[in-house]
Amino acid sequence: MPAHRPRISIVSELRQSLVASVWFMFLTFPIMVIRVNTIENTIEWRWRNMVLIGLGTFFLSFIWRFFLRRREAGRKKAEGGETQRLTLTRRIIAAREVRRPSLVAVGAFVLLFPFLFSTYQTNIMITALIYVMLGLGLNIVVGVAGLLDLGYVAFYAVGAYAYALLNHHYGLGFYSVLPLGALLGLTFGVLLGFPVLRLRGDYLAIVTLGFGEIIRLILENWNEFSQGPSGIAGIDRPGLFGLDLDLDLAMKYLYYLMVVMVLFTIFVVNRLQNSRIGRAWLALREDEIACQAMGIDKHKTKLTAFGLGATWAGMAGVIFAAKTTFVNPASFTFMESAIILSIVVMGGMGSIVGVTLAAFVLMLLPEYLRAFSEYRMLLFGACLVLMMVFRPGGLIQKVQRHYEFHDQGPAGRD
Amino acid sequence: MFLGGLTRGSIYALIALGYTMVYGIIELINFAHGEIYMIGAFTALIIASVLTVYGLNALAVLVLAAGAAVIYSAAYGFTMEKIAYKPLRRAPRLSALISAIGMSIFLQNYVLLAQTSDFLPFPALIPELKFWRPYSHLISSAELVIVVTTIAAMVGLNILIKFTKMGKAMRATAQDKDMALLLGVNVNRVISQTFIIGSSMAALGGILIASHVGQINFYIGFIAGIKAFTAAVLGGIGSVPGAALGGLVLGLTESFATGYVSSDYEDVFAFILLVLILIFRPEGILGRSTAQKV
Repeated sequence: MPAHRPRISIVSELRQSLVASVWFMFLTFPIMVIRVNTIENTIEWRWRNMVLIGLGTFFLSFIWRFFLRRREAGRKKAEGGETQRLTLTRRIIAAREVRRPSLVAVGAFVLLFPFLFSTYQTNIMITALIYVMLGLGLNIVVGVAGLLDLGYVAFYAVGAYAYALLNHHYGLGFYSVLPLGALLGLTFGVLLGFPVLRLRGDYLAIVTLGFGEIIRLILENWNEFSQGPSGIAGIDRPGLFGLDLDLDLAMKYLYYLMVVMVLFTIFVVNRLQNSRIGRAWLALREDEIACQAMGIDKHKTKLTAFGLGATWAGMAGVIFAAKTTFVNPASFTFMESAIILSIVVMGGMGSIVGVTLAAFVLMLLPEYLRAFSEYRMLLFGACLVLMMVFRPGGLIQKVQRHYEFHDQGPAGRD
Repeated sequence: MFLGGLTRGSIYALIALGYTMVYGIIELINFAHGEIYMIGAFTALIIASVLTVYGLNALAVLVLAAGAAVIYSAAYGFTMEKIAYKPLRRAPRLSALISAIGMSIFLQNYVLLAQTSDFLPFPALIPELKFWRPYSHLISSAELVIVVTTIAAMVGLNILIKFTKMGKAMRATAQDKDMALLLGVNVNRVISQTFIIGSSMAALGGILIASHVGQINFYIGFIAGIKAFTAAVLGGIGSVPGAALGGLVLGLTESFATGYVSSDYEDVFAFILLVLILIFRPEGILGRSTAQKV
């Protein structure tokens, strides 16, 4: 329908960009341009920043408006009843002839990774895998069941501290604490979930945030229990049948352990999504009231999602403590929750492949682009906003299952 | 202790206003509101330092720095709404909230990278009032200024909402956005105005508390934001007198709890209070509960 296309005049475009650029130069003036040294009482003027902001905004505002227009056009099309086309990435993933060889290649790469690269690289990979696990766990809560949990890191802290304390005081090993950590995560999840899941979505977000901060503040201040901000050091790495492993081997072993854990997580989450309870979560996310009318126990369903998510965080916490052999409260700030949330959002709420990929991208990029790691959180923040505005479905959009009803009865025709 | 709580409470109330007004109108928890307050404090610090270096007298510095902080905070609030919230007007609530969290992280790191991660000493901008000296053992003159400014701002805002045309438009939008639109209210403009007013209040709170506490860093907005949100919810979100009352109750609770229990857990009390209210009385002290309709 070319008639409906809005006319874009170059002059007005230029003017809009110019206005945006001048506005942002004004806006960022005190913070970007001036830097005061409060001790020596000197001022540093950084005019170059102003020029950069001006130019940057000028060009970015074109892109911004272009995407906004495209989004509007897409929305009109969707309203007009045109069916959603599958994106290219989606089609590649779905194609069988591409799928099998690529799976084999990825599998081989994953298996050989610790022998191809250094211990340092393996270490980074383990971290990334932990985040995959966390992302998939939070994905159950946020992505599938639609409960925004901003205090997810609290359960991660519970797991990590459970292993740290039990190992420190009673010398318990990794394998006995791993299920304990999961159990503790579950317990905390249910304990917290029980009172707060009655709340509406945005209140729930704030309460979970408050809960996360409470746990961190307690860990920081209760010195007799958690050794305060200095943390607990010298935690045992997981052993292999009592063999004495050196650092290199221990890391390799932990890596394989982590791969198994992630595969297990993917398996469980995948099975869950297609189960009765998984369908109930999805339904609850879409429409709570209709869901209740269909006879789904709202509280029980939400509580399972919350508890299961927390269980995974607890396990990831135990592994984290075993990997770093040191825990302190600084590892469990709100920013950590925000990173995990960005993984889920970037990955496209609810999609397993998406969340896994997003975890790798978000964790590995800053490691390999050192210059850029300073701007990591800045970009995370910007990403969250941009994703919500332009691609609320995430990088790899989940395809909703559609069930259509074809009426073929005698009353169907006139 | 009571007066300490009062001062603290006034500041929370000033910031809580922004939450309550925005929530009242577009039902969004503006997670980045605490960052606006932080930016207000930073702008005031920067402008005040520059002017002091150029040798202006104290009163001029105070007026200009406060003015700049209010204007800049308002401008940030306005821009933030245009970028992060306006495109999401029709999106699910969760999307807007995630966008707000993103904005909050972005602004924090923007200030961190452009300025510094250290605590900066904040000059005592509020001048010592001479006539108050005989009573200063009761309440210090800086604290007096904070409390009086807050009361003045609250009264002013209430008049604005109750008696002006703009206030009427705001109330109409809060009640029913589509109906207000049909009756000729420019809803987009009303929302912008709300953000501007809320942000200026936050800036005011930012200057007052920063010059009272004496230091700021990029992270102050996060905790202050959460506490102000607690205050807003405590008083009943969406209601302006509620924000004032909530701020006061929160300030006093914190002040007494740190005095009688332990100061290590200062922030924990606020969070516990928040969790308790949301569980037992989510509509707040002055709020009315509304049933959700299909």
